[in-house]
Amino acid sequence: MTDTHHRVPAATEQESAVRTMTMAGAINAGLRAAMERDPKVLLMGEDVGQLGGVFRVTDGLHKDFGGDRVIDTPLAESGIVGTSIGMAMRGYRPVVEIQFDGFIFPAFNQITTQLAKMHYRSHGSIQLPVVIRVPFAGNIGAIEHHSESIEALFAHTAGLRICSPATPQDAFDMIQQSIFAPDPVIFLEPKARYWDKGDVDTDAVRTRLDAAAATADIGRARVARPGTDVTVVAYGPTVRTALQVADVAAGEGTSVEVVDLRSISPLDAATVIRSAKRTGRVIVVHEAPTAHGVGAELAARIGEEAFFHLKAPVMRVGGFHMPYPPSKFEHEYLPNLDRVLDAVDRVMAH
Amino acid sequence: MGPLSDDGLVQLLDVDGTRVADPDWEPYASHLTPEALRVFWRLMTLTRTFDAEATSLQRQGELGLWVSCLGQEGAQIGSGTAIREPDYVFPSYREHGVALTRNVDLPQMLTLFRGLEHGSWDPAKHSFHLYTLVIGAHTLHATGYAIAMDKDGLVGSGSPENDGAVICYFGDGATSQGDVNESFVFAAVNNAPLVFFVQNNQFAISEPTTRQSRVTLAQRADGFGIPRVRVDGNDVIAVHAVTQWALRHARSGQGPVLIEAFTYRMAAHTTSDDATRYRTRAEEEKWRQRDPIDRLEKHLQQLGQLPDEFRTAVEAEAKALGKRTRETVKAWERPPLLSMFDHVYAEPHAQVEAERAWFDRYQQSFIDEGSHA
Repeated sequence: MTDTHHRVPAATEQESAVRTMTMAGAINAGLRAAMERDPKVLLMGEDVGQLGGVFRVTDGLHKDFGGDRVIDTPLAESGIVGTSIGMAMRGYRPVVEIQFDGFIFPAFNQITTQLAKMHYRSHGSIQLPVVIRVPFAGNIGAIEHHSESIEALFAHTAGLRICSPATPQDAFDMIQQSIFAPDPVIFLEPKARYWDKGDVDTDAVRTRLDAAAATADIGRARVARPGTDVTVVAYGPTVRTALQVADVAAGEGTSVEVVDLRSISPLDAATVIRSAKRTGRVIVVHEAPTAHGVGAELAARIGEEAFFHLKAPVMRVGGFHMPYPPSKFEHEYLPNLDRVLDAVDRVMAH
Repeated sequence: MGPLSDDGLVQLLDVDGTRVADPDWEPYASHLTPEALRVFWRLMTLTRTFDAEATSLQRQGELGLWVSCLGQEGAQIGSGTAIREPDYVFPSYREHGVALTRNVDLPQMLTLFRGLEHGSWDPAKHSFHLYTLVIGAHTLHATGYAIAMDKDGLVGSGSPENDGAVICYFGDGATSQGDVNESFVFAAVNNAPLVFFVQNNQFAISEPTTRQSRVTLAQRADGFGIPRVRVDGNDVIAVHAVTQWALRHARSGQGPVLIEAFTYRMAAHTTSDDATRYRTRAEEEKWRQRDPIDRLEKHLQQLGQLPDEFRTAVEAEAKALGKRTRETVKAWERPPLLSMFDHVYAEPHAQVEAERAWFDRYQQSFIDEGSHA
């Protein structure tokens, strides 16, 4: 920070440290910053090394940090997560990549019965600061098992933190906060948003990481756009959809507030409930099937805590109770602009 | 050679207690003085006494469940005594004898089985990880831990006295698990300093090893490029020798080893199991003749190295351990209820905190009502 004053030509840019990045680029930059910050940070997974990951999120890191820190693993998801547990027990901070959401299930046992519970059953004597990066959700025209929304399966398991960034800035910040959090984190990267661009301030998170309990910040929701008539709650890939909904609705005279959850466990219910009390109408939008999902959880909490403020029932817009359909159907399966706008009309009709 | 075959086992002490000459393995047992063998006998005896006491406590309703290691004391004490600092142990859930060699307080282990907590000891203090009930899951933790030891420069450092390795225990049934096979892959390609120690006690609950494998469990290692050795698991001296070799091999940076200790679980799988449904008294009797403690006892007597005063002292120690086990278990009280919310996360988590606060208020409401009465 201090020597930026001596870099005369780019001094202004250096001080602001704001760069335009894609979300994939922001995660890459965040991983790099974390690896520079702490030599105990390791990347592990299939193809994360020389190839740079199938989405190139780890591009260049193998070249710069070497095969000891960017480790190409055997093709075995349970093995990847299970060995990361053992490495974390010796003080490492493994960041493992599961190549696609639908391939996390072979590791489900290690994540839910071991990673999530070790701190509890060791009375806190074993911390497992493992991050599991998962390119998740759909909308990229992929084939079977490459477009799953798995968040509720893990949110139901105590001991795990689950978060999903919706912007390059959050991607850059949250990946680092996840890595330095003492708890295991499932870090869900909305793969349809990997190529979205945005401004990233690369300095701000550093200051926060230097502060105690800075990692708690990954558990907070943000109001992405204020509004007065309807609250649309979204996270990860559906935040952009929600913002588009707000734009269109504004043209029709309806003011939509968009809340970006950022974190699924813990759930920042307080922010959602405050918004619900302001607007009296809430729609939760996620790609995962609505049955037994995050939207159901939020609807129940809003019902418990903001019942007398509601002007309409809490609505959910999400996937159907079916396997993720073939990609030619995904536009209708996913909570697209029309389906969310329809829900806006329905809550406004109350 | 079938999976139940006892051909090709390393043996240094036969069932009559007579030493067997084996020039390959003798160097790894030559340091065992009569005094060291008496220590083995003592540790096996204490393990057995504790095990019997825990079984009784379960029968009296004091424990929810007990997993006996009766008959496997040779495999456990033989291997456990080959472990040293800075080695690290990943047990399954039946390694009470190994725990004893790691100075874990045996009565204290029973909090898990009493239903008071999920983990009873500080793993780092004893270099002995918590028991893992999901079969084979810990083999991957052991592999990652071993890879990390290597990264930390604790392996093949050039000064063998400082080198370390990991030893991981699991049973015959576990070898069918995906995680165990994945751990073989990860350990092999990373040349991890890891000794896989299979206690083949011949049953996965009721299923014999023939329902798990067509080859000996040791042979499983071949496909992964892992050296293996098959040992008479009821011969504490041979187990000690092969484990010495395997740990030295791993510590020196030569990679993983698989040991199959061929033994027999004399008790049922757990206190919930009925072993009479799937095996015969004749078979049990055959294995009783191969008892690891009796065998070493005969040997020590042949040597004239089991003096009455030593035997009496160990018997007294065992009796005291049994008494202390009973008294410890019965004296336990449930910790404060709110403590069940502790340690779910390392940092506060909104859901846990909210539920803890709610439950506290709920509990408090009964106390308040009581005070009005």
